[in-house]
This record gives sequence, structure tokens and C-alpha cells, in this order.
Amino acid sequence: MSNIKYILGSFGDPDEMMHGIEKLQENNISIYDVYTPMPIHGIEAKLGIKRSRIDIAAFCFGITGTCAAFALIYFCAVIDWKVNIGGKPSFALPDFIPIMFELTVLFCAFGMVLTYYASTHLFPGRAPRVMDLRATDDRFVIAIDANDNAAHTVIDSLLKDAGALEVKYNERKYISYE
Amino acid sequence: MSGHNESILREPLITGDNITYAKITDDILGPVENKPNKAWWIGFIFASLGALLWVVAVSYTFWNGIGAWGLNKTVGWAWDITGFVWWVGIGHAGTLISAVLLLFRQNWRNSINRSAEAMTIFAVICAATYVVSHMGRPWLAYWVLPLPNQFGSLWVNFNSPLVWDMFAISTYFSVSLLFWYTGLLPDIATIRDRAVGTRRKIYSIFSFGWSGSVKTWQRFEAVSLILAGISTPLVLSVHTIVSMDFATSVIPGWHTTIFPPYFVAGAIFSGFAMVLTLLLVARKVLGLENYITMFHIESMNKIIILTGSIVGVAYLTEFFIAWYSGSEYEQYAFINRSTGPYWWAYWMMMTCNVISPQLLWFKKIRLSIRATWILSIVVNIGMWFERFVIIVTSLHRDYIPSSWAMFYPTWVDVSVFVGSIGLFFTLFLLFLRVLPSIAIAEVKLLLKSASEQAKMKQIKEGHENKEYVAEYIESLEKFDSVKQEDYAKI
Repeated sequence: MSNIKYILGSFGDPDEMMHGIEKLQENNISIYDVYTPMPIHGIEAKLGIKRSRIDIAAFCFGITGTCAAFALIYFCAVIDWKVNIGGKPSFALPDFIPIMFELTVLFCAFGMVLTYYASTHLFPGRAPRVMDLRATDDRFVIAIDANDNAAHTVIDSLLKDAGALEVKYNERKYISYE
Repeated sequence: MSGHNESILREPLITGDNITYAKITDDILGPVENKPNKAWWIGFIFASLGALLWVVAVSYTFWNGIGAWGLNKTVGWAWDITGFVWWVGIGHAGTLISAVLLLFRQNWRNSINRSAEAMTIFAVICAATYVVSHMGRPWLAYWVLPLPNQFGSLWVNFNSPLVWDMFAISTYFSVSLLFWYTGLLPDIATIRDRAVGTRRKIYSIFSFGWSGSVKTWQRFEAVSLILAGISTPLVLSVHTIVSMDFATSVIPGWHTTIFPPYFVAGAIFSGFAMVLTLLLVARKVLGLENYITMFHIESMNKIIILTGSIVGVAYLTEFFIAWYSGSEYEQYAFINRSTGPYWWAYWMMMTCNVISPQLLWFKKIRLSIRATWILSIVVNIGMWFERFVIIVTSLHRDYIPSSWAMFYPTWVDVSVFVGSIGLFFTLFLLFLRVLPSIAIAEVKLLLKSASEQAKMKQIKEGHENKEYVAEYIESLEKFDSVKQEDYAKI
């Protein structure tokens, strides 16, 4: 028993998995994480996960893009080299707007997505940390840290009562390294 | 999602019985995990021959300059810009489906967004190559960027729509690519976890180590929604700016304020037509009838009627305003378009874009796969002629009658265009082989609420209003993937 690192409850149905989370929480069993093949709405509230602040990052990147575009165009067209076009003013703000808009979108999109990749540790070539290979296919997996929660038989029966199709005892945290 | 039943009045988005999460994965990954069939090979051989022609024609243009094309001193823009605008327009459907329809919570987008976005990216690649090759000296293409240079930092002209266009197209391409790839991560992870050996290693690199944990999904959804929010005005801005390439000039027939909305509607019109052209074949060949249903096809046809009618109204408005403006040059440009030497191109455009899409008002035509497919190609032909009419007929009658000219394409013009279609299909066919053509995770979201089997269960439970059930069953008649006899009993 002592070699077991993680207990996995593998469900075939998202509603049964949500039920399983409730059951475990009622019995004060802490949940390490949940792996699913699709987003499950409402699971964050249940697990007490805070709302993502990525929208704030997105706004900051976007506004940086707006300012960067304005600064670039203003420097080039108004300060550095004024082009006399029929005597019209060089500071032609309406003409600046298309590029300011495009760079807002560009900075916002790239800044936000790169923030997402960095905060979630996603990058090309990163070794996938997978506990159950079917969690990206048709299984909804609740992972429980075996060392923090001693009563393994209780966990087993709780998961099975909630409708788990399978309960696995992993001796390695991630099975995807081999 | 789970726990909430959807209204029985809504048509199902996934048909077929015994659809499980595992079956969705199997069905969609079939073409990726198995060897391609004969139809794919035949398509691929033809497409790659086209792509080869494109390589030859573009290289020939690079080597000899744009004198290889049929341009003359009067008609300085012809098939090149026609092709560019045509491809950019086609590229609009992908982001419209993935962004605008996401904001409007149109769940039917879930099974068509992936391939539409892929199509967008390939279409914008075709468009971008036109931009580069029409420059004449493509090795100086970086001159459109505001870079310090040896002329004492003479910057690009920020008042020029051509410079705006460079920013718009490159932003559109890179943001679309980012949106598409981020959405692909969970599906690439699905392929990775089912594969073995080298295949697993390759997909592992491209999956960025996706795990599917709660936090990953939570941020994923936030990112998708914000990307959709910023991509929606982006889609509209791109074709608006493309139209300004024309509208800010003083050429009669181009200098009109109607151009931005009219170009955007035309772009969506042609984009959806191309999505239908591709998906009607793909659904049959890849056996995806349960995911891309008749409901999806009908919905896209309805968007085609709407945008086609907007385009029709725009043509008539242009004509009216030309008369109403009292400007004889403007009036001449339009009379010349419809009755001058290019009358056939004008009426080709009118027939294909305004008259024939109206046939889709008939339910029978809208629900016939063959008719829809033919009409989708007709629309794309019409939209090509629209750009040709706008560009060439406005230019060919210059200010001095002695410089009036006609445009005759050379073999290079034709080859670059035909070749770009080959390039587009080559990329699309390769995409179908290596990446899932439907967003697996997003379709799984619909299984418990919007599938035919979930609705069947709802009916069998017997709490639904009888009239509504009857209406629902009637709406299923159009589905070619639903077994009617299952409902005869109820």
C-alpha cells in the first residue's frame, strides 16, 4: 500500500464525476486535481478554484498595443519626418486609428495566449504529465493524493458508489514519461 | 451542460444512436489514425499538381517580373488583386464561425469551426502570396514595414490604406493561427494519448504537454472567449480595410462609402460558400454525417441567403447613387460596367451572386446536398467576378480615350490563379490527414444536451409537451442521418 502515490477514480459520465466530487468532499477527502476530455462547467466553484485573472492580463496587453501603435505612428509621421501632403496636418488622428486597432488586437491576443501558456506550463516539447491516458478520450478522472488521505478503502468505496467505472492505484505520479 | 435539458424544439446537433464519448473520438480521428482512402489520394494528386503549377507560375513571375502578366499601363491591377481580395474574402468565414458565432452562443458552430478556421488560414496564405508576388520586386517586400532605413528614415505612409492593409492582414493571419492552434491543443493531446511510438512523440511535442486539468480548462475557456471577443471586430476590420484600398482612391466606381459594409457582407457570403464546398464533400468522404448534419447545412445556407441579399442590395445602391450623385464620370463607370465591353462579367456577377442564391429560399433546394454544393461553387465564381468587375472595368476606361484598353490574361495569370486553388486544396487535404477536422472536445460538450439520443430520452421520459414533440419529430425529416422508423413508434 505504501508505494501508492495517487488514487484515480475514472468515470464515464461527467455528472457522475461531479457526484463523486461531492461525496469525497462530504467525507473530507482532499482532491488533488480532476482531468477531463472537455471543459466541465461549474467544477471550479465546487473545487474552490478562483476565477481566472487572464482577462486583466488581456486588457493590459491590449492597451499596451494601442499605446505602442500611437507612439510609433506619432514618432514616425509627426516628429521624425513630416510628409507634406497638400499642406494637410501631419497629426491626422483618424488615419492612425486602423493601425492602432490592429495592434491592440495583435498585442492582446499574443500577450494573453503566451500568458496562458506560461501560467499553465504549456510549451512545445513539454513532457505531458498524464495520470490516465483515457482522460483525454472518454474518461473523467478524479485524482486523490494517496499519502494525504489514509483511508484508501473508504475512497475506493465512495468512488465506486458514485459510479466510477474503475479505481486505479498509481505508483508513479505520471504514467506518460516512459 | 449536464443536468440541464435543452428545449425539445431545438433540432439535434449530433444525430445517431449509441453515440458515446469514445465513439465521438473514434469517428473524428478515423481519417487521422487510418490510411487515407482512394478519394483522398485522387484529390491530393490533383491538388498537388495544381500546387506545382502555382510554384512554377510564381517562380516565373519572380524571375521575369510582373511583365509576365497581362497588365498594361491602363489596367495596372487585374487578376492579382482580384485573386487577393477573393482569397481574403473566403478567409472570413472561419473566424466568423469561430468568433462571432461563439459570442452569440450558436452551438452548431462546434462541429464546423475547426475546418472553417483551417480553411481561413490556408485562404489567407493564398492571399498573402498574391500580395508579395504583385510587388514586382518581392525581395523588397519588407519595405512595407516601418523600419529605419538608409534614406534617413523615410517612414512608410501611415495615411495609406495599403499600409493599414499590411497591418490588418498580418494581424488577422497570426491571430487566426493562434486561435486555431490553441483550440487544437486538447485534440492533439487526444491523438497523442491514443498513439504509440514515434507518432506519440511527434504529437507530444505539438500538444505542448496538455493535461486537461481543471485549471487548464478554466483558463482555456476564458482565453477562447476573449479571443472571440477581439476577433469579432478584427474580422470586420480586415475586409473594411481591404475595401478602403479602393474606396479612398478617386477612381469612379471605387470612390464610394458603401464599400466597407458591402465588402464585409460579400466576404462572409463567399466564405460560407467555400465552407460548404469543402464540408459537403468532407462529411461524405470522412463519414461525418452524424456531426455535420442537415441542420448545419441549412443554417449555412440561410447565412448565404442573407449575405447574398445584402450584396444584391449593395449592387443596386451603387447604381442608384451613381445616378443620384449627378457626376457624369460616376454614371459612365456604371453604365459601362453593365453594357460596355465587360458586360458579360457584370451579368455573370449579377446572376451568380444575386439571382441564383435566391433559389435557397426554396426548402427543397436548401436541403438538397447536390443543389447546395453546386450553388456554393456558383457563389464563389460570382464573387471572383465581382472583384474582377470592380477592379478591371473601373480601370480599363482611363481619363483619356486614347489610353483605353482591354485586359487579356497570359498563361502566367491563369496559372497563378488555378495554382493557388491547388495550393489551397493541398493544404486542406493534408490538414484532414494529420489533425482532427472537427473540434473533438467541443462536440463532446453537446453530447448530453443537444444530441438526438438525449432528446429521444427526453421524449421517452414523457414530460414534454405533445405538440412540441410532434413539431420536433417533423423537423427531423430533413436529416439524412436520422432513422425515421425509430420515431414512428412514439
